[in-house]
Amino acid sequence: MDKFIRLSAVAAPLPMSNIDTDMIIPQQFLKTIKRTGLGLGKHAFTNIRYHDDGTERADFVLNQPAYRAAEILVTGENFGCGSSREHAPWALKDFGIKCIIAPSFADIFYGNCFKNGLLPIILPQDTIDLLMDDAGRGANAIITVDLEKQEISGPDGGVVSFEIDPYRRHCLLNGLDDIGLTLQKKDVIKDYEAKTRLSQPWLFKD
Amino acid sequence: MQRTLYDKLWDSHIVEQQEDGNCLIYIDRQIIHEVTSPQAFEGLANAGRSLAQPAAMLAVPDHNVPTGPDRATAINAEDSQIQLDTLEKNCETFGVDYIPMMDVRQGIVHIVGPEQGFTLPGMTIVCGDSHTSTHGAFGALAFGIGTSEVEHVMATQTLILKRQKNMRIDVDGTLGQGVSAKDIALAIIGEIGTAGGTGHVIEFTGSAIRSLSMEGRMTLCNMSIEAGARSGIIAPDQVTFDYVMGRPQSPKGAGFEQAVSYWKTLPTDDGATYDKEIFLKAEDIIPQVTWGTSPQDVLPITGSVPSANGDAGIERALDYMGLEPGQKLQDVKIDRVFVGSCTNGRIEDVRAVADVVKGRKVADHVTAWVVPGSGLVKAQAEDEGLDQILIDAGFDWREPGCSMCLAMNADKLGPQERCASTSNRNFEGRQGPKGRTHLMSPAMAAAAAITGHLTDVREL
Ligand code: SF4
Repeated sequence: MDKFIRLSAVAAPLPMSNIDTDMIIPQQFLKTIKRTGLGLGKHAFTNIRYHDDGTERADFVLNQPAYRAAEILVTGENFGCGSSREHAPWALKDFGIKCIIAPSFADIFYGNCFKNGLLPIILPQDTIDLLMDDAGRGANAIITVDLEKQEISGPDGGVVSFEIDPYRRHCLLNGLDDIGLTLQKKDVIKDYEAKTRLSQPWLFKD
Repeated sequence: MQRTLYDKLWDSHIVEQQEDGNCLIYIDRQIIHEVTSPQAFEGLANAGRSLAQPAAMLAVPDHNVPTGPDRATAINAEDSQIQLDTLEKNCETFGVDYIPMMDVRQGIVHIVGPEQGFTLPGMTIVCGDSHTSTHGAFGALAFGIGTSEVEHVMATQTLILKRQKNMRIDVDGTLGQGVSAKDIALAIIGEIGTAGGTGHVIEFTGSAIRSLSMEGRMTLCNMSIEAGARSGIIAPDQVTFDYVMGRPQSPKGAGFEQAVSYWKTLPTDDGATYDKEIFLKAEDIIPQVTWGTSPQDVLPITGSVPSANGDAGIERALDYMGLEPGQKLQDVKIDRVFVGSCTNGRIEDVRAVADVVKGRKVADHVTAWVVPGSGLVKAQAEDEGLDQILIDAGFDWREPGCSMCLAMNADKLGPQERCASTSNRNFEGRQGPKGRTHLMSPAMAAAAAITGHLTDVREL
């Protein structure tokens, strides 16, 4: 997995609430059997990004010259609600987004981000409002996200800190694949199974 | 200490508690389908890993399958065929129990699991699909996961999770005539919003919940995710045990008795506390329909389209839906009816529709479909003669699958087509690019099919 340590980048303001996974990547682009090399990025936000004839909508933030290279998204509450599809973070990542800052996220989407080297950050609405203003200044306003220090610094030098689960932070900082980590606990898992086989034998079919 | 149902489910599945509050949680069952599993199998193969417990898995294709009469030859999209073939091939390679499309047991994952007795009380159940919350109706901790987590469960039979908070939604009293579990679900989402349950596991309690059948309980738990909760649960009781008994994969004989005595220890202890509590009266719930592009955009059928009052979100939703503020919901004309999905594709739902449309005719301008949630639902409905009632009324009676719940197969709304739908999401484009979805119960969808506009089924 890609590491996430520190990122200085343009942040795009997307002040909408309840952006759902269908909006992030519509279902017609889910018909793949691969995880990478999908080019999902060009389909990210299809319905709000393109006109019916496939041309770009000028009013969509990521189509504007200042934000084409944005790597941070500042957005509204309940981002990523809806389906469990990991295609949503894949599409964002393929577009080039590495960090999403919002007042709240839907649970499944939030977890999916970490598995793909994307950092979702939860901050109170008033802090989001300030960052939204910063982001509104386009390419002139570089925001820096430091996962090691758990800090975001704005273009004017203001610093806010954020909370994050220590285990998830550790995995992101080191680019760790948590399947490998869990497999090291094989014995504890086997012990649990042996114990449960006695108390709830119907759970095991073999 | 007194514990809730969720506390008990959680505690009994802890393999290891980490210092940072995360837990390694044992997963008893995983169901897979063709859309969210191929990348997980690929990851597994690339890392040279194998399945931890192949017997704890069940695979069934549902999202991509055609639902027309000639389904064996009907898949004209090459990418759909590739997903279906890949699922079959992976199951063969890794030794997973696989139900093929032409098998009578095939259907939507969340309908098939319970039917097969794969879903049992007290379990942890996952699937790469957010509506896995459905299985919580059995008193199981069931939730949707992303593809990376699917792979994690495949390789380790565990997940690393943090304990959620406890939320209780109590619905007391008796539901009125024409009001169903779907109306309870929509009324709850209208009350708490689509993020109301975020970070929580919702336990549904109260006499109105207890009197629901397993089908109704599944409808309700299915929609928990639409209220932001990854899981919704209902304590197992005699209704649950009766449903589970005799299913192909449920325990038999003395094993069943042993299981039931364990399941009886699961309900929340008297005096246990919740982090959040919501109380509703069943008598206050009247049939619900959505007007916008989020499940929380919901109103009683007696209501009118709201005005935006400068709210950009509402404005956008009204524009997308082609509705005028102040317009009476009952005057909204529809083009299509879709009865089906993992929310309302069960036998009881088909019965509810047949009940309303018996001896009546679908309005001339309406195309109405019933898509049973599984081959077994279809067979049972046909045994009961429901298919004939529906066909006589002018409905299309189709083969099982996700169908028009999401526009991933051939079944879709056209642009601006307006649909009375029993599914769970009315997001923009969910049922087809530019399609317009109104969520409601099967009885309400049936009533709309007959009159050609949104209709209060109680008045039909
Ligand atoms: S019926 Fe709809 S919600 Fe249910 S699993 Fe299929 S696509 Fe998902």
